[in-house]
Amino acid sequence: MTLMKSLMGAAASIALTAGMALAEPAIIFDLGGKFDKSFNEAAYTGAKKWADETGGSFKEIEMQSEAQREQALRRLAEAGSNPVVMTGFAFGNVLGEVAGDYPDTDFVIIDMVVDAPNVTSVVFTEHEGSYLVGYMAAQASKNNTVGFIGGMDIPLIRRFACGYAQGAKAANPDTTVIANMTGTTPAAWNDPVKGGELTKAQISQGADVVYAAAGGTGVGVLQAAADAGALSIGVDSNQNGMHPGKVLTSMLKRVDVAVYDAFSRGTEQPGGFSVLNLASNGVGYAMDENNAELVSAEMQATVDAIADKIIAGDITVHDYMSDESCPALSF
Amino acid sequence: MQTMPKWADIVLIPLINLFLAFFISGLVILAIGEDPVAAVKLMVEGAVGSTYGWGFTLYYATNFIFTGLAVAVAFHAALFNIGGEGQAALGGLGVALVCLMIPWPHWTVALVAASVGAAAFGALWATIPAYLQAKRGSHIVITTIMFNFIAAALLNYVLVNLLRPAGTMDPASAKFPEATHLPTLSDILNSVGIPFAARTPANVTLIIALIACVAVYYLIWRTKLGYQIRAFGKSEPAARYAGISSVKIIMITMALSGGLAGMMAINNVMGEAERLILNSVEGAGFIGIAVALMGRSHPFGVLLASILFGFLYQGGAELALWTSIPRDLVVVIQALVILFTGALDGMVRAPVEKMFLMMRKGA
Repeated sequence: MTLMKSLMGAAASIALTAGMALAEPAIIFDLGGKFDKSFNEAAYTGAKKWADETGGSFKEIEMQSEAQREQALRRLAEAGSNPVVMTGFAFGNVLGEVAGDYPDTDFVIIDMVVDAPNVTSVVFTEHEGSYLVGYMAAQASKNNTVGFIGGMDIPLIRRFACGYAQGAKAANPDTTVIANMTGTTPAAWNDPVKGGELTKAQISQGADVVYAAAGGTGVGVLQAAADAGALSIGVDSNQNGMHPGKVLTSMLKRVDVAVYDAFSRGTEQPGGFSVLNLASNGVGYAMDENNAELVSAEMQATVDAIADKIIAGDITVHDYMSDESCPALSF
Repeated sequence: MQTMPKWADIVLIPLINLFLAFFISGLVILAIGEDPVAAVKLMVEGAVGSTYGWGFTLYYATNFIFTGLAVAVAFHAALFNIGGEGQAALGGLGVALVCLMIPWPHWTVALVAASVGAAAFGALWATIPAYLQAKRGSHIVITTIMFNFIAAALLNYVLVNLLRPAGTMDPASAKFPEATHLPTLSDILNSVGIPFAARTPANVTLIIALIACVAVYYLIWRTKLGYQIRAFGKSEPAARYAGISSVKIIMITMALSGGLAGMMAINNVMGEAERLILNSVEGAGFIGIAVALMGRSHPFGVLLASILFGFLYQGGAELALWTSIPRDLVVVIQALVILFTGALDGMVRAPVEKMFLMMRKGA
């Protein structure tokens, strides 16, 4: 009995000291996995960059199923992690409930707005970035047909598709845009096989540039496009290097910057919500040695000019999420 | 003649199995370059070292009690119900419909209604394979596992198209109304003066699970129906000769089994998430098989095995959180436990029996 008591006492004191030493940030990766080469991986890159630069360490959890979200959040908050950053809209509901229980913890959510005093929300203008890559896709397409493959069918991904279609139509009004979604559940973020099948189907319909906005599913899209000799467009992270010379460009969504900034601010989160857009380099398109031959200087100049016009407000890209409709594409 | 005493069968062999499973798990942890002793310590501390850990361990255990009992009841009739996953998912749908459609005045009333809803949906889902087995001879193992996939697809459809509130992106139902929220274990214990960590998911359903254990014991060993189920399980021809209808027993047993699996949903859907989400069962339906195997299909054994698996789940989550040991390794540990307690049971049993025989000869 006494042994048990002292053991438990020791355990408690260890837990206590561990709790005090931990004011380190934490990040939760949503379904799709940390190394999805896309959205979650961008978040990981940002976190790692912060750790490398500051020598700090951070906690991380990868979601395995929908049911773990609340538990993961609570566990990190209970353990004293601060700030707690999470990637993905799906945390919205859960965070709305959990945040109030931990007023001293700062939460940062990416891709969703949660209205609570200790939550900072970061959203991106994906339609603007997608507009640019859509413009490039239409220019690169020889068949005047471009494809779009989304992950889970949600308004957020339709926003990507809508911006893409608008860009493609702006470059060439005769462009046909074929859009498909991988699925209706979070499993669609990590289904490269189905992504590949959809890509093959789109290519057989004449698409020669395919844009994947599907997290880990995009790996299959890029692979299938490269195998079939078509061009593809990556998303979120710079995916040009996955198939050098076969990926036209990548629509960058600087989740890494968002995470890096959140970690750097530590417990001094601004709250409210911030929009990372083209003007703030929150979205954009990727150029590197892997796609230098695919994108001519002329093409690049045109796209940059378009980007400037969007920033200046001369071109307004319709945001699907503003009214749940898209002028350039029907779902 | 029994070759070894009952206690050895019930206690010793599972313990040896467990020990072997943990020993090999330790080797695996060693192989990936982590310290197995520290890992075990972390698991124990995280799962049972604080009331916070207990809150999670007991929550998982509650899930496993229901699915374990479901499998155990079917085992007694020699039916291998591996559709607990789907039946629990359907039970979740029952709970969600009950909680969302009717404005309940108080949680006690809602709990009774939700239990009935969960059990009814789970039972209904299990009686389809049961009917196919009883009348058409389709093997229950094949049909129940297939029905897991159908259940998953059905829930996808319902959540995405029917239950998802307008304007949200996440495929989940609306939050259940305040009146249906179940009191947690900490609410109950704190109200009688026992300190227990708040914000843990273990809730009043645990008590229902314990009642279910007693009820299953009473049913199987103290009622006529239970006798019929066991007789049918031991020998179908003999049971038929004694005038027991095989169709009736298969249907009733599977309905009971599915109902128990479905009732898990009052714990995870009503008690914890308070809304219906995708994959809310989280594999508990399959863990139930291991729990029933390990518990020798006895409600008390199921209870103990459930707590063990609850410990593994919660300890494993802690392990994944605080070390670089991936969560997948916990699945390896669970798999080893299942392998040793289920599949490799004979490997341990034979030498132990031999040992007891030798001891008897010596005496």
